[in-house]
Amino acid sequence: MSIGTRTADSVTILDLSGKITLGESSVELRNRIRELVKSGHKNILLNLGSVSHMDSSGIGELVSAYTSVTNNGGQLKLLNLTKKLHELLAITKLLTVFECYENESQALQAFRR
Amino acid sequence: MSLYAEVVKITVGSSLGHVDLLQALAENITRMMEFDENTAHQIGISIRESVINAVCHGNKLDESKKVNVEFEIYADRLVISVDDEGEGFNPATIPDPLALENLMKPSGRGIFFVKSFMDEVDFLPSPAGGTRLRMLKKRIYSP
Repeated sequence: MSIGTRTADSVTILDLSGKITLGESSVELRNRIRELVKSGHKNILLNLGSVSHMDSSGIGELVSAYTSVTNNGGQLKLLNLTKKLHELLAITKLLTVFECYENESQALQAFRR
Repeated sequence: MSLYAEVVKITVGSSLGHVDLLQALAENITRMMEFDENTAHQIGISIRESVINAVCHGNKLDESKKVNVEFEIYADRLVISVDDEGEGFNPATIPDPLALENLMKPSGRGIFFVKSFMDEVDFLPSPAGGTRLRMLKKRIYSP
């Protein structure tokens, strides 16, 4: 997995690509979120459009990231869910938890509300 | 119901390093059987989660223990068995990941995915002494 980082408005956007599955990729995402939270980044948008594979561990990392960011007074939202990931979040009822967007400008606008 | 099966068997050690290989094998078999792409992905996830379960929870990462995977390829269905050499467990004790108190837990969704994606899932005693997770996916013919 690779993680690109950029900023728009006051939002840190992580562009994720490749696999988020049990092992190194899950740990990498966890560490990146931890660093951002520790350094005071409150608004995080995960762009998942180029994520090719995700398993239950990857889903668990998204949940952990959400909990970590919101417990520190921030917001975490998801952008560009693939069809496969949408299905995994739907059957686990996590679509009721995560705010998901298909359009980056709409996602950024949602952080300003 | 078709009675003749091609059988593919593979035995691996209790290492998470084999998980990608087994998922790729499952996805290749499902494409060969002409399952649609979404179903192939669902079966791939199911075997991935089953093998992780066998390695971590069944064999408890004990590398001296094996995981045996068997694909029975019928004309009208795919039957996959994943056997561990652990102490066995009661599937009724698996918490419901959709329960409100579990919804935000970071783990506990693997077997749920298997049950969601496969048509039949059974936990049986394995001849190797552990647990056999047997799962079946029907193949829908399109004329």
